[in-house]
Amino acid sequence: MSEVLLRVEKLFCERDDRVLFDGLSFSVDSGEIVQIEGANGSGKTTLLRILSGLSRNYEGDIFWREEPVEQARDRYCRELLYFGHQPGVKALLSAEENLRWYCALSPSLDPSRIRAALAEVGLSGFEDVPCHTLSAGQHRRVSLARLYLSDAPLWILDEPFTAIDKRGVAAKEALIGRHIARGGSVILTTHQDLQGSGAVRRINLDKQMEPNG
Amino acid sequence: MDNLPTNQSINRDVGVAALFIAALRRDLMLSLRRKSELVNPLIFFLMVITLFPLGVSPEPGFLAQLAPGVLWVSALLATLLSMDSLFRSDFDDGSLEQLLLSPQPLFIVVLAKIAAHWMMTGLALTLVAPLIGVMLFLPSEGMPGLMLSLLLGTPTLSLVGAIGAALTVGLRKGGVLISLLVLPLYIPVLIFGTGAVQAAVTGLPIGGYLALLGALLALGITLAPLAVAAALRISVSG
Amino acid sequence: MAKAEKKWLPRWFYQLASPRWCYQICGKLLPGFSLVTLVLLLGGTLWALLFAPADYQQGNSFRIIYLHVPSAILAQSCYMLMAVAGAIGLIWKMKVADMVAKSCAPIGASLAVLALLTGAIWGKPTWGSWWVWDARLTSMLILFFLYLGVMALNSAIESESTAAQSTAVLALVGLVNIPIIKYSVEWWNTLHQPATFKLTEKPAMPAEMWMPLLVMVIGFYTFFAVALMLRLRNEILRRERRSGWVKELLLVK
Repeated sequence: MSEVLLRVEKLFCERDDRVLFDGLSFSVDSGEIVQIEGANGSGKTTLLRILSGLSRNYEGDIFWREEPVEQARDRYCRELLYFGHQPGVKALLSAEENLRWYCALSPSLDPSRIRAALAEVGLSGFEDVPCHTLSAGQHRRVSLARLYLSDAPLWILDEPFTAIDKRGVAAKEALIGRHIARGGSVILTTHQDLQGSGAVRRINLDKQMEPNG
Repeated sequence: MDNLPTNQSINRDVGVAALFIAALRRDLMLSLRRKSELVNPLIFFLMVITLFPLGVSPEPGFLAQLAPGVLWVSALLATLLSMDSLFRSDFDDGSLEQLLLSPQPLFIVVLAKIAAHWMMTGLALTLVAPLIGVMLFLPSEGMPGLMLSLLLGTPTLSLVGAIGAALTVGLRKGGVLISLLVLPLYIPVLIFGTGAVQAAVTGLPIGGYLALLGALLALGITLAPLAVAAALRISVSG
Repeated sequence: MAKAEKKWLPRWFYQLASPRWCYQICGKLLPGFSLVTLVLLLGGTLWALLFAPADYQQGNSFRIIYLHVPSAILAQSCYMLMAVAGAIGLIWKMKVADMVAKSCAPIGASLAVLALLTGAIWGKPTWGSWWVWDARLTSMLILFFLYLGVMALNSAIESESTAAQSTAVLALVGLVNIPIIKYSVEWWNTLHQPATFKLTEKPAMPAEMWMPLLVMVIGFYTFFAVALMLRLRNEILRRERRSGWVKELLLVK
């Protein structure tokens, strides 16, 4: 029994006098992975920022559980996890303090699971170290630990595998698989091929623009 | 979908207070770990004050006359100087995006951030102001007026400055621009602040000035976080 | 978004939202407004300079109020219009409102400069110096600073829509602050003439003096409308340059 979580209708966005996408419509069901593809500068990140609600420079309609997203903003924010270009990790705070703040921002999360989540991303022993002493990959992993804490049905992930080693990628893919199996859904961009995560639907922004010239 | 709990039952009031405290603690912790930025506004305050005897005249009577205005203008500039960093690092490392996507009320977090900023600048300036008042030969009768007016006026400066900071956070060179946007809006606080100090020096009642500063503060607390929240959404969206 | 809201506002409000319609209606209104402006300003100036009686204290130098007062009034009205247009743009995502707000800023700033200059020229014979920290002049100077802030912010942000929204927020903050600034500055310095012209009170001037002033004020309003429409039309063309109707328009001419 799959349910339509997010539906996008006739999305139009231009940036710097260039139309990034026009008439883009698709929907994301529960238990589905949607991979956004396209060349650099094709508007992948812009699309994800629009879907998450960060960017409002678009025309068209976005529905969350068949309700206009502007009206369902509060519930949408509760049910969304967004992982952006910048990891959102404060260099001066330790990994645990960072996640504690994240839990304060998302009141449904359980702060007692923070250490377990950090262990999952291979950061046990680094919980109390200020993040500026960590490497770039570890930095991102602090942020990825949010995925282990999350109870949100929709994950929007922008390049989640950048600066992550092979083993880490495999673990993340397994995590995404579990999320899908639970009935969650994922919208992501990545340059890697997803393996073993079940069916992946691809939306190519380059192809989408071709008929429109 | 059944094992993904929704979260309607959280007690909202407790949540808001806890959120405010969590945000305040986080920002204070961040400032305390970056000690140089903590003392920079104070050093700036002191340096600007030093320029006046050097640039105008070290004559005590003259300085005493100048003191209320000089103290207030310097406090205003010191606050302005520290304003740019309020949202800058959160914007740069992506924390701001997470904040905007949180289901928690942005108003509360913004208010907490401004409160933390004020404790690190305005409150600190208020505490060192008597020392500087002495250096400028401000009569001792003026000290209560100085302290009280700064105590009530500097939070308003932080609140209004935060609007400028939120509007310019997405820009590479926001620093000078903030001054252009915010300085004209600081004028009422400056007028009533110096008015309070001058009245205190001449032995006039200062209650009226403090009431006006308090009214500005009340207006600032209710409206400024709304403007800041709107400005942050716009800046991040752009 | 918010389709249910769309019913309680009159139809022309939504037509205004179409840049093309707005461009055309401005084009139709322009000749009429220009003519009225010309008649009012010319008539008002002649009346003010030739027929209005001289002030018993200030002599003929007071006649500069026929320039000073309208420009000061307009500079303030313009800020209000800018803030309101900005708010409409923010709330209803209406592009034309953004363009109106953007077009207002330079006009308002120029009017503020005119008010300051004429104030300074008036100050020389009246107070004996070019600049006096008079409450109304100081308020006007601060209003000019507010305009500068709005324009600086607008030009600093590259994305048009972000610039419009940010500027609207700033203009609204300024709008809330203007009465406070005005009150505090007046309170700071109460040594000046009372306001020359208030619609709510019976003016202290004789009718022969304030009638031409009224004509000039109305003339300035229509002049402002003309200037705004000209700027707005340019702004519409610039922003909609890639749309079909603009290309067509430019090719025909």
